[in-house]
Amino acid sequence: MFRRFIFYYLILNFVLFTNVNSAESGGMPQLNPEFWISQIFWLTLSFGFLFIILSKFILPKISNNLELRKSQILENIETAEKQKKESENKIKEYETLILNSKNQARNYFNDARKKIQQDINKKREKLENEINEEINSAEKEIIDLKNKAPEKINNIAIETSADLIKHLIGEEMNNSSISAIVEDLARKNKDKYYGN
Amino acid sequence: MATNPMHQFNVYRIGPQIKIDQVDISFTNASLFMIISCISILFIFNLGSSKRNIVPNKIQLLAELSYTFISKMINDTAGSKGKPYFGFIFSLFMFVLFCNMLGMLPYAFTVTSHIIVTFVLAAFIFIGVTVIGFIKHGLGYLKLFVPSGVPIVLLPLIVVIEIISYLSRPISLSVRLFANMMAGHTMMKVFGGFVISLGIVGGWLPLSFSVALTGLEILVAFLQAYVFAILTCIYLNDALNLHH
Repeated sequence: MFRRFIFYYLILNFVLFTNVNSAESGGMPQLNPEFWISQIFWLTLSFGFLFIILSKFILPKISNNLELRKSQILENIETAEKQKKESENKIKEYETLILNSKNQARNYFNDARKKIQQDINKKREKLENEINEEINSAEKEIIDLKNKAPEKINNIAIETSADLIKHLIGEEMNNSSISAIVEDLARKNKDKYYGN
Repeated sequence: MATNPMHQFNVYRIGPQIKIDQVDISFTNASLFMIISCISILFIFNLGSSKRNIVPNKIQLLAELSYTFISKMINDTAGSKGKPYFGFIFSLFMFVLFCNMLGMLPYAFTVTSHIIVTFVLAAFIFIGVTVIGFIKHGLGYLKLFVPSGVPIVLLPLIVVIEIISYLSRPISLSVRLFANMMAGHTMMKVFGGFVISLGIVGGWLPLSFSVALTGLEILVAFLQAYVFAILTCIYLNDALNLHH
């Protein structure tokens, strides 16, 4: 269907073209030299104008722009690297600062602990000394009491035995004889009562 | 006749006839589109280079990307010696590209679809490159036609072939661009004519073809400008760095 249409169309066109072309002085208008000189003239004029304006004014501007951009980007990269280095240095400084302060804090803590320990030790020693003194004095008193005790007991025994004898017999006995007997008994039984 | 696919390439006078010594240099539709493309190039690149932002806006990015694109192309093909010719290559590429692209607009005239325009550009490049070659290397530039490592028996033949290929450079360069542009636009016109003649029933097929062709033609418009510029760079490289 289409093919037949195209075929007819082509034949029709062929007939028409041959007529038209014969009327239009030859097939290709490009080969008609009537306006060749004019085209050469205007081509030279316009292309020359274009070339001069482009190469004198516009292209240098574009290349300047490109150079400017390149240099500015390089500069920016440089400053960025510098700033990066600076920030790295700052980080290092910060880290050393933190480390130092940590060490210092530990030292302070240790010092304080030592001080407290020493304080405690001193106070304990003092306390222990006091306690020891008191213990010693108490022990002395006890020993004194212990040593004095038999005498007192003997005296009490003499008095009580004198009283007892007085009550029992109704006669007063000589103190010295009683004390001799008591002392004798006490000496005999000393181990029995004070067996320490 | 609107259905004639060659009708779009007609050059006609706009305004009065201008004559200098019997030579007709009247302002035509071709001249109009040359000037439009020049002005649009200058407009875009002036806009793209006037602001100096570190982070470029869109138009500045476009200008700078084109700059680096052409600069890289010259550096890759002709090396660092090609730097003085950057302005010319840049203008050439942009001019051809804009003429091709403006030709893709409906009712627009394609400047580069005329053999005389492309031939003048190519001839200028050819003459310029030859002059540069002789200035840089003197008569030693003729060594270009004598490749090293060729048997002496074959040398006369090779030299003749080299000379012919060298002389055919402007023709191949100009015809490549002209033929591509003309063929593409003719084809689009033909398919457009099919759409009209087949009407609403059968016109969809050539219409879709036409859409696809438009994409292809935009690609070709860029590619041919690129090829034109890169071949110029290669010729320049031959003149600057004599390898043979």
